[in-house]
Amino acid sequence: MIRDKYDVVVIGAGPAGSVAARFAAQNGASVLILERDREAGIPVRCAEGVSHAGIIPFIDLDERWIATKIEIAKLHAPNGEMAEMYNNGTGYVLERRIFDTALCDLAVEKGADFITKADALDLVWEDGKICGVKYKYMSEIKTVKCDIVIGADGVESRVGRWAGIDTKVRLEDIDTCVQYTLSGIEVDENACDFFFGNEVSPGGYIWIFPKSRTTANVGIGIAGHLAKEKGPKEYLDEFVEKHFPNANINYTVYGGVPTAATLKEIVKDNIMLVGDAARQVNPITGGGIVQAMIASQIAGEVAAEAVKEKKFDAKFLKKYPKLWDKKLGKTQKITFELKEKFMTMTDERFNNIVAFCQKIPRDQFSLKTLFTEAVKGDPKLMLDVAKSFIVSKLK
Amino acid sequence: MKINKELCDVCGTCVAVCPADAIIISEFEVNIDDEKCIRCMNCVTVCPIKAISEVEK
Repeated sequence: MIRDKYDVVVIGAGPAGSVAARFAAQNGASVLILERDREAGIPVRCAEGVSHAGIIPFIDLDERWIATKIEIAKLHAPNGEMAEMYNNGTGYVLERRIFDTALCDLAVEKGADFITKADALDLVWEDGKICGVKYKYMSEIKTVKCDIVIGADGVESRVGRWAGIDTKVRLEDIDTCVQYTLSGIEVDENACDFFFGNEVSPGGYIWIFPKSRTTANVGIGIAGHLAKEKGPKEYLDEFVEKHFPNANINYTVYGGVPTAATLKEIVKDNIMLVGDAARQVNPITGGGIVQAMIASQIAGEVAAEAVKEKKFDAKFLKKYPKLWDKKLGKTQKITFELKEKFMTMTDERFNNIVAFCQKIPRDQFSLKTLFTEAVKGDPKLMLDVAKSFIVSKLK
Repeated sequence: MKINKELCDVCGTCVAVCPADAIIISEFEVNIDDEKCIRCMNCVTVCPIKAISEVEK
């Protein structure tokens, strides 16, 4: 039975929302999760790649949501040369639909209430303070009261806007993406492929993430400001025609990935933003699942603490951005600076980097070697790369 | 501005880049508030499926 009042209302049941809800509930807060769709995890707007090290603090491995186990990353230069990387630990291509449901189940196990087909419409204000959420459930308009709203509503970040937070990203700082799930193809089920180049995918890359030996997520993200004349779909169609002319498209999805630094403001009185909504995404890889879960654990714990202390103002909630900065936010900022550098890279430079990587002995080739080579000649960025690997591994 | 609703996947990318807070998602549908729209074309550019186009006000 859904109550009229909770300590915390979480909007969105992706990995960010479910993890925030779990850690708030586990630490004593009463929590309601509102999900617009008919279940958690749909529609899947994701390439579905994660690292083992990244997800293991949050959920026990379950083969139900693991499609493939990845050991190799293949980097393809604009000139067709390729370098293989074996050294970044195991990764997985997920079944996000099942994974998201499993994460949401964990929140419910810890006591959170969860409703689907519940579309948040607006925040409810009282004396200038946020005190609840107005939402549509089926066809009925309802209101739920709460002390804290956690906005985990993805790239569009409506909750942030309602709260008066500046959530806008520059065209340069969003990748416009299209992805097909292809079938009837042959792929290496232990390898992810990445294709770079200004003709292939300007300001971004094309990925092939295998879901089995005969199916894969094949997608593209290009920098928003470079999509004026030609959109991502045209680039992807050219790529698929060239590499998988006989494939069948089983699933088509569009989306945007923020490749910015975390928003300057992710808390205000009675409100916190997490995940894509807070722009907590690795600006180079576009990976956001692990970042979202790390941030959301912090947010959930701080929310529960706020409930215990009965302090819901920005001053108290700021503990969350402070801890996030320490854990990953600062690294994200450095990664963002690196991304800006990569975005202006010529094809020749990409070719040279891959050529350099090909010469490194297999057991020594890692992301760090790659980034160090990529920023060679730029002392500030070289230092940044070194620091980012000391502070925390790039996720 | 006009959204081709048959193409639109309601992915929310346009909302993230709108400087005027003119794009509204509700009930699995995207709409642009012509009164608020400043015609910066960010949404037209960023839409992955190019579902948004400019029309006379």
